[in-house]
Amino acid sequence: MSILLVVAVVLAVIPLIYILGDVIIRGVPAISLTFLTHLPTGPTFSGGGIANTIAGTFTMVGIATLIAIPIGVGAGIFFSEWSGNKLSTVSSFMNDVLTGFPSMVIGLFVFIILVLTTKHFSAFAGAVALSFIMIPIIGRTTDESLKLVPTTLREASMALGIPRWKTILRVVVSTGKNGLITGIVLAIARATGETSPLLLTAATGTHFITNLFNQPTGSMTILIYQYGTSPYASWQTQAWGTALVLILIMLALNIIVRFGIGRNLSEARMD
Amino acid sequence: MASKLLRGDTIATIGFAAAALFIIGLLTALAVELFSGSATSISKFGIGFLSGTTWNPDHEVFGALPFIYGTLLTSAIAIVIGLPISIGIAVFISERLNGHLGIGYGLGTLVDLLAAVPSVIYGLWGLLIFAPLLRDYVEIPLNKSLGFFPLFGGTPYATSFFTAGVVLAIMIIPTMTAVSRDVLRAVPNSQREAMYSLGATDWEVTQKSVLPYARSGIFGAFILGLGRAVGETMAVTMVIGNAVRISPNLFTAGYSLSSLIANEFGEATGLYRSSIIEIALILFFIALIVNIFARLLLWRVSRGKTRN
Repeated sequence: MSILLVVAVVLAVIPLIYILGDVIIRGVPAISLTFLTHLPTGPTFSGGGIANTIAGTFTMVGIATLIAIPIGVGAGIFFSEWSGNKLSTVSSFMNDVLTGFPSMVIGLFVFIILVLTTKHFSAFAGAVALSFIMIPIIGRTTDESLKLVPTTLREASMALGIPRWKTILRVVVSTGKNGLITGIVLAIARATGETSPLLLTAATGTHFITNLFNQPTGSMTILIYQYGTSPYASWQTQAWGTALVLILIMLALNIIVRFGIGRNLSEARMD
Repeated sequence: MASKLLRGDTIATIGFAAAALFIIGLLTALAVELFSGSATSISKFGIGFLSGTTWNPDHEVFGALPFIYGTLLTSAIAIVIGLPISIGIAVFISERLNGHLGIGYGLGTLVDLLAAVPSVIYGLWGLLIFAPLLRDYVEIPLNKSLGFFPLFGGTPYATSFFTAGVVLAIMIIPTMTAVSRDVLRAVPNSQREAMYSLGATDWEVTQKSVLPYARSGIFGAFILGLGRAVGETMAVTMVIGNAVRISPNLFTAGYSLSSLIANEFGEATGLYRSSIIEIALILFFIALIVNIFARLLLWRVSRGKTRN
C-alpha cells in the first residue's frame, strides 16, 4: 500500500523537473546580450530583445512593493497586536480570503477604477493591481511573524514605561523582522510572476516608458503570454528565453528567502 | 508627559487600524464596482444569464453557463487528480519519513517549488509541450478504445477541458499538500500509538486512525485547492482551447470564466463589457464562497499553529 505513496510523490516531482528542464533547454538558445538589451522587433526580424519588459516588470513590482509594504505590514501589526478586537478579526478573515482570490478579477477591478477613469493604460495601474495581490500576503506573514514574538518582551518593554507604539515598532517588529522580510520577499516573488492583473492595466508595450501614468507598459509575463500563444517560432523561442530569465529571478528571490533569512518556505506561507 | 505618550499611541493605533480598514474597504469596493459595472447586463438578462448558453457579441446575446461549466469541470478534474496525490505526499512525509526529517524537508521544498513557478510558464509549457503529449498518449488512445463512453467521446483536442484540468492539478498540488501536512502533523501521537499497540500495520494506522481524525482538515485542503483552481487564469486560458461549448467530452475544447475575461475584455464596450463584468461577478462569488468555506474549516488549524 505504501508503494502508492511513493507513486504520488514521483507523480508530483516529475512535472517540476520536466517544466524546469524544458524552460532551460528551450530558453538558453534565446538568451544573448542582444536579447537582454534590445527592444522587441517583429517576428521575422532578428536582433529583437526584451529589455523594455525587464524594465517594466522591475518598475511595476517596485512601485507595488512601495505601496504594499506600509499597508500590509500595518494591517499585519494590527492583526497581531490588537488581536482581540472585532475590527481585527473581521479584517484578518477578509485578508485571508483575499490571498487566494482570482487575480483576473483584481485586474478587472483596477481597470474599472484607474484605466477607465484616466482613459489610459499605465505602469501605475499595473503596480496598483500588483500591490492588491501583495498586501494580503504581507499582511498575513507579518501577523504570523509577530505572533511568534514572546509576550514577555512586550510586557517587559511596557513595564519600563515605553509607550505602546514604540514597543511595537522598536521591540516587537525588530524581533520579528526576519519573518517580515521573508513575507515581503515572497510577495515580491509572487508579484513578479503575475500576468492577469497586468493584462487590463498595463497591457503591452514595445518601448521603454517615459511616463508612469499614461503609457501602456510591457512586462515579462505579458510578453511570455503574447509570444507563447503566437504562431511564430522565433517569438516562441523568445517566450522560452523570457521564461528562463523570469525563473532565474524567482530562484534568486527564493534563495534569498531560504538561505539569507533561514526560514522554511512552507512555514511562511500557510497554503 | 502622559498626554505626549498617549498622543503617540493614538496616532499609531489609528494608523494601524486604517491599514486593517483598507483591506475591508478593498474587498467591499471590489464587490461594489463589479455590481455597478454589471448593472446593465443584469437588468437586461436577469437570472437567465446564469442559465443562458449563447455567447454572441454580434447579436448582443450573452449567457454564462458554458463558462461556469468549464470552470467547474476543469476544477473538478484538477481535484480528482490532485487531491489523492497531495494526500499521498502528505502522508508519506508526515507518517512514513518519521526517522528521516531531512528527506521530508527536501521533499516539502521540492513540492513548494511547484508553487513558485509562475502561472504563465505553466501555460507556455502546457500549450507548447504538454498538450500535444496528452493528446497523443492519453486522449487519442482513450478516445479510440473507450470512445463510446461520453467522457472520452468526440474529437480529441490538444487544448481541452482535460488538459486544462491536468495542468490545474499540478498547480494546486503544492497548496493542498502543504495544508494536508499541517493537518496530519496536528493529529496527536496518542492516536497512532494506540493503534500500533493493538497490532495494526502502518497502513491500517494511517487509514483507520490518522486520516479519519484529520478528515475536516483535509476537507479544508480540498476546498482551498478548489478555490485556487477556480480562480486560475493564465495557464487555463492557454490550454483550454477557448471554444464556447457545453459538452460531456473531456477531450474537447472549452472555455472558463476567467479565460473569457482575459480574452475578450479588451475589445468590449457597452452591453458586451457589462456582461463580461457580470461574468467577473459570478467568478467573484464562487471564489468568495469557496475561500470563506475553506478558511472557516482551516481557521482552527492555522491559528492554533502560531499560538506561543
